[in-house]
Amino acid sequence: MNDSIQVTKLPPHSMRDQAASTLLSELVAHLREHRTDLRQEWAQRITTARLLTAMSEDEVFNEATAVYDQYVEALETGTFEALQAYARNLSERIIPRGVETHEVVGIVLLLRDVLARSLFAKYQHDFAKLNRILDAYEPAANRIANTVAVGFVQERERIIREQQEAIRELSTPVLQVRERLLILPIVGAIDPQRARQLTEQLLHGIRATRGKVVVMDLTGVPAVDSNIANHLVQTVEATRLLGATVIVTGLSPSIAQTLVNIGVDLGKMNTVGDLQGGIEQAERLLGYKVVPTTQQDDARSGG
Amino acid sequence: MAWPSVPILKEGDVLIASIQSALTDVDLVALRDALVKQVSTYRTRGVIVDVTALDVVDSFASRTLRDLAHMIRLRGARTVIVGIQPEVAFAMVQLGLTLEDIPTALDLEEGMAFLGAR
Repeated sequence: MNDSIQVTKLPPHSMRDQAASTLLSELVAHLREHRTDLRQEWAQRITTARLLTAMSEDEVFNEATAVYDQYVEALETGTFEALQAYARNLSERIIPRGVETHEVVGIVLLLRDVLARSLFAKYQHDFAKLNRILDAYEPAANRIANTVAVGFVQERERIIREQQEAIRELSTPVLQVRERLLILPIVGAIDPQRARQLTEQLLHGIRATRGKVVVMDLTGVPAVDSNIANHLVQTVEATRLLGATVIVTGLSPSIAQTLVNIGVDLGKMNTVGDLQGGIEQAERLLGYKVVPTTQQDDARSGG
Repeated sequence: MAWPSVPILKEGDVLIASIQSALTDVDLVALRDALVKQVSTYRTRGVIVDVTALDVVDSFASRTLRDLAHMIRLRGARTVIVGIQPEVAFAMVQLGLTLEDIPTALDLEEGMAFLGAR
């Protein structure tokens, strides 16, 4: 903060605040009076700077109007809650359309510049007053820019977090293919967090669907490190404690080597070459027999 | 011998011990002794231990369950542990308590089916 430098020059707080608020209300009156021109100029400059290209000119103008009014109100009242809520709402609407952070920051700074310039024009003959006006205007304007930018980034991060969560959940689906038969296809690299999630979803899936046999298909996993391999073996053992059986399919040569290196007990691991073989074995374990319909008909007509 | 805090029910030729709450080590040992004793009294073919209510299975509990199953096997019946919770199962495996040669099943119904099939 520059307070330590300024305190010596400026009157005490209360007086200074009072003076600042008088100046601010003068400033707000000025911005209200020239609303149409300034808003127009701002929208113009947004277009010239090629910001918000994802939006049509009308949309830009409408948003510009709303933002302008919010901006002036925030200057007047010194409270930022309404602006903050508006910024969040605006971000929610424009983020899906591909508006970038630099655009949002850019337009707010443009508005700040447009307004500052109109202040220069108005007070150019009274430099001392211009200085005092800017003293009042700048901190508020900077805070507004800050609020909007932070609101936008927070909204963006919230969306990213939600999407990450969704992707993580989708990345380890536990699917029921028959009564009491589940498959767990795993595609892509497994990191510790995904491994944990996988175990959790599998074990809860078994309880929820009363699964008896699980086919864990690793065809889409090129390699794992020894920690993950260990975790997979533990998952297989935990599954057994729940009274279900795991059939592991599609082990790549690299994963097979990792499993051998960590000294896995092959008596505990039931492995089959590919997913089809795994499902066939699972069906045998559950007592299913898949018969082509033509054969079934033959058998029926013959008997 | 202390009387076990776990009720033991007889269903046909199967004994069902349904654990209702966390057990002390003493309770567990009492349960083991009671079950092993009753196996021959009722000409039991199988024993089901339902641990659905247990949030924690430590090494002592796990060893007692294993001993119980082995002793009952020697007395001529089979044991199946049912209802291990997902979190408990993974915690047990991480501690190396895998109850290796003891049959497990999802719940009481599955346990009955398992014993019936033999």
